[in-house]
Amino acid sequence: MAWDRNQMAARAAQELEDGMYVNLGIGIPTLVANYVGDKDITLQSENGMLGMGPFPFEGDEDPDLINAGKQTITELSRTAYFDSATSFGMIRGGKIAAAILGAMEVAENGDLANWMIPGKLVKGMGGAMDLVAGVGRVVVVMDHTNKHGDSKVLKSCTLPLTGKGVVDRIITNLGVLDVVDGGLRIVECADGVTEEELRAATQATLV
Amino acid sequence: MQKIYNSAAEALEGVLTDDILIAAGGFGLCGIPELLLAAIRDAGAKNLTFASNNAGVDDFGIGILLQTKQVKKMISSYVGENAEFMRQYLSGELELEFTPQGTLAERMRAGGCGIPGFYTKTGVGTVIADGKESKMFNGEEYILEEGLFADLSIVKAWKADDTGNLVFRKTARNFNPPAAMCGKVCIAEVEEIVPRGSLDPDTIHLPGIYVHRIVQGTHEKRIEQRTTRKREDA
Repeated sequence: MAWDRNQMAARAAQELEDGMYVNLGIGIPTLVANYVGDKDITLQSENGMLGMGPFPFEGDEDPDLINAGKQTITELSRTAYFDSATSFGMIRGGKIAAAILGAMEVAENGDLANWMIPGKLVKGMGGAMDLVAGVGRVVVVMDHTNKHGDSKVLKSCTLPLTGKGVVDRIITNLGVLDVVDGGLRIVECADGVTEEELRAATQATLV
Repeated sequence: MQKIYNSAAEALEGVLTDDILIAAGGFGLCGIPELLLAAIRDAGAKNLTFASNNAGVDDFGIGILLQTKQVKKMISSYVGENAEFMRQYLSGELELEFTPQGTLAERMRAGGCGIPGFYTKTGVGTVIADGKESKMFNGEEYILEEGLFADLSIVKAWKADDTGNLVFRKTARNFNPPAAMCGKVCIAEVEEIVPRGSLDPDTIHLPGIYVHRIVQGTHEKRIEQRTTRKREDA
């Protein structure tokens, strides 16, 4: 037993507090928006929008209104639009309280790798390096192990970094870990997962 | 001064040559100067360097200039969704300078503001920092990034008046204002040119001082990822 994608997203939504401006990455992080409940959260889309709404109804798609994943979306009553320099000004300037994003690897010192596998197709970092360097808090949501069963929670990253020492908290299908002095600290285990199972799937130092 | 041109091809006359750096607006296929890109393809200029967040898809956006091998180098943050790009890059025909998205936007903005360099935390400790000067400010490390000074800017706006004041629409604004600012000459293609005085001066997104040539046309405005919800879900 472990958390599925939606349960991981629901757990990540608990990280968000009333009034926060937040940037959600592509994949599981996008699902976090479904679990914010009554909290007053403003979602930023780094292509130039605060107050991102849900997908449009069929037939209402607007080619001038997309999110950072290039998907058609809608606006809300609170929405504001701006250019890319302003958008990353608010990211770099620390105005965005948190970013929730996926990862290929995270290390015990908070290093994050999520943009490039050498020798494989290179697509680019997009806004990920700016986000992890600029926002107040970085929460990673990912599977604890890769498809070969190897830990993605490592002593040090093997892949090219997106940011150095930038991750604050890791939410995986097996549990929640915080980056602290000397390594990672277990915050909680996922439903039906024992601490022993979580430890066994983690290569990083646990303190 | 007359800024309105009859076609994208006419607007490019005298400013498009081989071997230049072109800053292009747009994010994905949203808000891209599609008419000017098509006219650049038809004009056949070669060895072009593009500063543009993305490289289009195979048959739209900058992708059409990759098909014709007119692009020498891309300065971009994300180049997925483009098979021909990958083929040319992996075979060494095409140069690529990956620049984080926010750094790219700021490099354009800085260039337009006469700022040749700025320090940023983005990319510290990554391959992006390789070979770049770094400096400590308040105990934190920053790297030096350079402003972009383009020979030509091509952007897409929603409306313009005849003096070049521009209004963009929703997220189609994206890189267009910073791209417009950093060029020696900026050409804007718009959906509608309106008489001067009909745009509210308080709602102009980019003042006409940055815009030298304007062309009006019909845009395909292709959608890259059509995502919807069913009406029953409401």
